[in-house]
Amino acid sequence: MATTLAKADDRTAVTHAARIEHVSKSFGGPAGPQLVLDDITLDVAPGEFVTLLGASGCGKSTLLNLVAGLDLPSSGSIETPGGRPALMFQEHALFPWLTAGKNIELALRLRGVPKDGRRAEAERLLSLVRLDGSYGKRVHELSGGMRQRVALARALAQDSQLLLMDEPFAALDAITRDVLHGELTRIWRETNVSVLFVTHNVREAVRLAERVVLLSSRPGRIAHEWTVDIPQPRRIEDSAVAELSVEITEQLRGEIRRHGQH
Amino acid sequence: MASTETKATDSKAARADDLAGLEAGLDALDAVQSHRVPVRQVLVQKVLPPVVAVLLVLVVWQILIWAKVTDDYKLPSPGQVWDEVTNAWAQGTLLDYIWTSVSRGLLGFLLALVIGTPLGLLVARVKFIRAAIGPVLSGLQSLPSVAWVPPAVIWLGLNDSMMYAVILLGAVPSIANGLVSGIDQIPPLYLRAGRTLGATGARGAWHIVLPASLPGYLAGLKQGWAFSWRSLMAAEIIASSPDLGVGLGQLLEQGRETSSMSTVFLAIFLILIVGIAIDLLVFSPLERRVLRSRGLLVKS
Repeated sequence: MATTLAKADDRTAVTHAARIEHVSKSFGGPAGPQLVLDDITLDVAPGEFVTLLGASGCGKSTLLNLVAGLDLPSSGSIETPGGRPALMFQEHALFPWLTAGKNIELALRLRGVPKDGRRAEAERLLSLVRLDGSYGKRVHELSGGMRQRVALARALAQDSQLLLMDEPFAALDAITRDVLHGELTRIWRETNVSVLFVTHNVREAVRLAERVVLLSSRPGRIAHEWTVDIPQPRRIEDSAVAELSVEITEQLRGEIRRHGQH
Repeated sequence: MASTETKATDSKAARADDLAGLEAGLDALDAVQSHRVPVRQVLVQKVLPPVVAVLLVLVVWQILIWAKVTDDYKLPSPGQVWDEVTNAWAQGTLLDYIWTSVSRGLLGFLLALVIGTPLGLLVARVKFIRAAIGPVLSGLQSLPSVAWVPPAVIWLGLNDSMMYAVILLGAVPSIANGLVSGIDQIPPLYLRAGRTLGATGARGAWHIVLPASLPGYLAGLKQGWAFSWRSLMAAEIIASSPDLGVGLGQLLEQGRETSSMSTVFLAIFLILIVGIAIDLLVFSPLERRVLRSRGLLVKS
């Protein structure tokens, strides 16, 4: 009882799901070290949905890898108080030697969930992404959209406070992507997880996020930030979404143009 | 006020329903339909062609006999070879020949498996070991295993251990190399995904690396069997001694010594049939099972 209380206290005390402070990252290249990220400072509040937007070369995927702990920053610090963040990739990254359900169970197992609870939890997560009855399906038997939903369920199985998404819908067709936007919004609101979502699609960023952060390219710096207060559920065709998208696109184009000038 | 609120929630619910229905429709449209091929189709497409090919070879063979293209002692007729089979069967020696070789081959293969698997893991995972023996290991695959027979005879004498030594030298490199290339070909994405799920170190090896490398490993096992069998036959043909019993290789050599071409043909056919049968009964089904479950089997 006391431990639960202490845990609850911990959670209320935490004011951020991720805190990125003065993070820079350079990679060694043939022409010496190349600065990819320059002094990024960004907080993601608990339960917040933030999209990172930028053209290619802005280092958005690099930043996500750093937050995921797959790589270390050259300088600066990254805190994720909710434990190891879950990460979803552009490719589904499901393991083809396991069924959809077993993929989710592997995540549960690695998290330390006891054996007898795994099956039911996997079924619950599959039902959350509306894939009831797909437990025994092989990965290759699923469509692209279904695979990404299983990948989302597997990421949620990690029970992390922070979900990182690296252009997870970029490889899907427009109709499926639109449906998954709706699903992601619904699941985000149901689970109250914090999301840091990387994309180069301006409308997608506005459609999903509470806050859009624009990164400039080479090196990646935070160029601008918008708070999106259009009420959910939104649609990608909504005029408010379109208006803000136009504004952000103008800014993004400005950033890209700067690179052509020298 | 109240009514507008209900209306709002209603439309929201309708919207959610709409999304669920839309999703169900998309899933149904996009999902890959997998179905079993009917038995008759399998018979016609997979069984019939090789049967026809074998029959054709037999017919051509018989025609050559009728045409008397060469002497009897150089080319026996299919009937003579068949008589040889029934004779050996009647004497009860046919299965003995086969079993002597097959038991040796399988035991040697299992030994090669036990040695080749950890060796492959070490070469794949430890940089120094890979740099040191990796090239030698792949080079050994191109060395004909018959080259190992003379040294093996000198080192170990004419006995079973010499046979096993030759099998091991032929099969271990194939099995180890298969595992190495299986591990090398794991898409980096699986390793990254595994790491974000918390599969690192030994847990990463067990849950991610080993299952992911299974297709390459199985291909290595299959090749390892072929090498085991070939090495064994080379050893049996060259090294004959009463202690060694009569396997298929010795049968072949006996046929040469007694100038009995039908015995030679019988031995060659049996060697071929056993090699193909083990592959068809053991390795191919295993490989197909693994590839099919991963959707890697291309449907023709």
